[in-house]
Amino acid sequence: MATAAPNDPGLPQDGLPDTPESVVVRFAGDSGDGMQLTGGQFTLSTALAGNDLATFPDFPAEIRAPQGTLFGVSAFQINFGSREINTAGDAPDVLVAMNPAALKVNLAALKPGGLIIADTGAFTKRNLEKAKYAANPLEDGSLGKFDVLAFDISEKTIEAVKPYGLGNKDALRSKNMWTLGLALWMFDRPRDPIHDWLKSKFKSKPEIADANIAALDAGHAYGETAELAGPLKQVHIDPVPSEPGLYRTVTGAEAVSLGLVAGAQLAELPMFFGGYPITPASAILHHLARLKEYDVTTFQAEDEIAAVCAAIGASYAGSLGVTSSSGPGIALKTEAIGLGIMTELPLVIVNSQRGGPSTGLPTKTEQSDLYQAVYGRNGDAPMPVIAASSPSDAFDVAIEACRIAVQYMTPVMLLTDGYIANAAEPWKVPDPASYTPFPASFLTEKNAQDDDGEGVFLPYKRDDKGARPWVKPGTPGLMHRIGGIEKHELTGNIDYSPDNHQRMTDLRKGKVEGIAVPDQEVCLGNTSGKLAVVGWGSTYGPIHRAVDNARRKGLDVSHIHVRHIWPMPANLGELLHGFEHVLVPEMNTGQFKTVLRDQFLVDATPLTKISGQPFQIAELEEAIGKYFDGVEGNEGGQVLVNDDQLPHLEAGHDDGSLNDTASPQSQEHGS
Amino acid sequence: MNAPVKIETTLKDWETDQEVRWCPGCGDYAILKAVQRTLPQLGADPANTVFISGIGCSSRFPYYVESYGFHTIHGRAPAFATGAKLANPDLDIWLVTGDGDGLSIGGNHLMHVLRRNVNMQIMLFNNEIYGLTKGQASPTSREGTKSPSTPIGSYDHPARPAAFALGAGARFVGRGFDVSKHLPDVLKAAHAHQGAAFIEIFQNCIVYNKDVFNDFAAPKGAEDQQLWLENGKPMLFAKESKGIALNRDTLSLEVVDVVDGDWEAAGVIVHDVTNRSIAHMLVEMPFGPFPMALGVLYDDPKPTFEAAALAEKAAASEGKEANLAKLLGKGQTWTVDGTAQDPV
Ligand SMILES: Cc1ncc(C[n+]2csc(CCOP(=O)(O)OP(=O)(O)O)c2C)c(N)n1
Ligand code: SF4
Ligand SMILES: [Mg+2]
Repeated sequence: MATAAPNDPGLPQDGLPDTPESVVVRFAGDSGDGMQLTGGQFTLSTALAGNDLATFPDFPAEIRAPQGTLFGVSAFQINFGSREINTAGDAPDVLVAMNPAALKVNLAALKPGGLIIADTGAFTKRNLEKAKYAANPLEDGSLGKFDVLAFDISEKTIEAVKPYGLGNKDALRSKNMWTLGLALWMFDRPRDPIHDWLKSKFKSKPEIADANIAALDAGHAYGETAELAGPLKQVHIDPVPSEPGLYRTVTGAEAVSLGLVAGAQLAELPMFFGGYPITPASAILHHLARLKEYDVTTFQAEDEIAAVCAAIGASYAGSLGVTSSSGPGIALKTEAIGLGIMTELPLVIVNSQRGGPSTGLPTKTEQSDLYQAVYGRNGDAPMPVIAASSPSDAFDVAIEACRIAVQYMTPVMLLTDGYIANAAEPWKVPDPASYTPFPASFLTEKNAQDDDGEGVFLPYKRDDKGARPWVKPGTPGLMHRIGGIEKHELTGNIDYSPDNHQRMTDLRKGKVEGIAVPDQEVCLGNTSGKLAVVGWGSTYGPIHRAVDNARRKGLDVSHIHVRHIWPMPANLGELLHGFEHVLVPEMNTGQFKTVLRDQFLVDATPLTKISGQPFQIAELEEAIGKYFDGVEGNEGGQVLVNDDQLPHLEAGHDDGSLNDTASPQSQEHGS
Repeated sequence: MNAPVKIETTLKDWETDQEVRWCPGCGDYAILKAVQRTLPQLGADPANTVFISGIGCSSRFPYYVESYGFHTIHGRAPAFATGAKLANPDLDIWLVTGDGDGLSIGGNHLMHVLRRNVNMQIMLFNNEIYGLTKGQASPTSREGTKSPSTPIGSYDHPARPAAFALGAGARFVGRGFDVSKHLPDVLKAAHAHQGAAFIEIFQNCIVYNKDVFNDFAAPKGAEDQQLWLENGKPMLFAKESKGIALNRDTLSLEVVDVVDGDWEAAGVIVHDVTNRSIAHMLVEMPFGPFPMALGVLYDDPKPTFEAAALAEKAAASEGKEANLAKLLGKGQTWTVDGTAQDPV
């Protein structure tokens, strides 16, 4: 039996080992403290050191939260290691708390025995009051189960930048760089790339660049001197061997946007994107609005209905129509999606799922729109549905959505969620030339002949894929009318006759069911055996790691992750029947489980979590363990579960009125 | 946008092989004919002409015009048309909507297509009733309208389509009625207008709201109640025996008698289609004390939405190379051997 990873949650330990396999660090501070920037730069240095990593930002729901308050806390978590990293991490090993509110909000997540680095300079009476602390937690012994490293970062920063003649307020803006310097030292990272970055960022203000560099260096130097006493020590994490090439970090929202651009190019079509702001989908509209040179037209509509209708109108006119929203907006789009199915026009609908029903939990993640995607329309309205499993996977999935939409003349729904949209991970930058193009073709001539050999145009005559021809208005001689009323099998003229409706329903269903979907592969483990853990969407990370951990313990468990939710891969049923048990973890009450049971009569067991937070690896390991009770060395549930993990924010918010997550740029002043 | 090439067609060229399914005597027939008569006069190209509609009796219109046509969903036609126009600004788009389609379920979209000023002709067939769903009161039904859903009489205040349009920012507001011989002229003016051109067309629903416009639209004898507006001409009606004057004390319009054709003496104002203040008064002018204002009430073009969108796209793309490989490699990048890449 393999031993548990040394830093597995729930295995209390004293401080970090010298060479841990992976470490989770959370930077937390006031939204003005520049934590997203700190996290971003730390991420870059981690990537340069060759570690695998995953990150998750957690910024306040409020747009301009008052300084020092609980709901103004902004955090950035990074999980990095010498082993493949699949999630932003269960519980942090290290919490950097730049003020009392940051400590209060994030403490519950910290691993027992974890390290707290706190800036005593920010633990003033006023800030303690704002964080609703009766006594200073750094002094009252309440942090007994953690290692605490508390010192006056504010003062040390002011001291370090003194030569640059900044006022106190400006000087304190470099606090985050001081902290970053310390973190760089802790994990044995070079400072040069950050120096370079600061120099280029503040090209026009060299004194600010110098002050920040001085703060960074001072933080780094502090680590070296402080190591001699106290809990601070340097740890080393080996690089993960990975393919050579150019890498970048990418969030799901970026990857979807880039994938859509790539998809439109592969289809050789201009893209029309119709959107209406909603968390967490707005980021896609924002990204695409800046990519006009890629023949992208973005349209901020008056509501989600107009957004999807405009996208369908654009597809009708010969563009690739795309729209995006989250649950409540997708609900509004539903009737129009039905028209897209009826008129058989290409359309990509991106649903960045969030907690529901209704306004629900706008800034939290959930997978509860699966029924809505697969079944949620009036009439028999089949529509392909595919799901992204991680931020970088969203790129390929977006291309796949475009391909299906164009080749099969159909709306396609792409499911992502709040976690995927905001989380970042390293991504080996793909070569666009490595993707097979799927150029759209437009009919320009009559496609049939009547009995006298005269050319006729049949707008609903299908090709071998079951797709009808795409005809751009403006094409001479092919004028025709389409609409939502049932239409004749070939001419597309209104036809209510019973036989025709039966046939058209069958044709629409057959077309979607006949979509070429690659066979399902097992992403970890054997193709048959005791237990298959079957996931879809953003549960990929925690499932993968949990199954990997279980397999290292010798358990016969496999991970199957389904991208094509509808239609499903042809071999999936047979594959699932090869396992004694099928466990389906989902961030909903068991929606995919229902689809699997319905399609394959398989005894799929749900494992559900609807807390607005992703699964923890430990939770999944525990659930897997239960299937192996009686296996020596593994009594089910051996792994302790820590309830807290990212994204997590204790402070109350998300009333829906001010729910839009501001970008890190607008939240943070940077340094 | 290319200058449209004029095409020679006849009325027949604009007829489809589809059986027209409106009730016999429905005003929609007359409007269809007026449109089919107008299109050849415009030199319109059937291949480049698109009729987009919502849902209602009126919205069946596209099926009967031999051009491109899209019968969409209830109330949303303006949004489909906006997307189509942005995707291909060269298309000549006619929107067909009803009083329920355009002002009830689709009021929001109608407002936005007008304020954005997307170049198209918007024909709102106002029969003051929901025809297709069998005669319920609509947002334009007059107070007291008895219908299956308002058996004792409606009590909500009616919307005024032309006032709504102008209030929403329309740069062209026209009015006509189904059987009027002047309707093609209004349609032509709307088509000539670059931008969203709104035309309210009173339409007789012979089954559910018969003859409600007869006071000014009856085939015979109602002419005196029609004020046909012409740019640069005095606002005269009732065989030029009456006119519309501006009361400068109350800043409102009033009806004045014209004696011996001396309209100037009577203070009758000259119609200026670009005068937005007077346009506001004309769309609000209550029928009864006043005649029905018809023709082109307002016409003052402004740059169109699609032109602005095209210009922005061109400006944003200028000097930029659309290199996808480069785009993908932007941002925080590194190579695995550990060398930092400058963010591209
Ligand atoms: C979403 C939706 N709601 C309701 C209807 C039913 N419906 C069809 S047409 C119509 C009203 C049409 O009235 P109007 O726009 O005035 O058109 P008319 O038939 O009078 O020309 C209604 C309520 C529908 N088709 N779709
Ligand atoms: S119900 Fe009224 S509007 Fe509809 S077709 Fe009949 S007469 Fe015309
Ligand atoms: Mg009506």
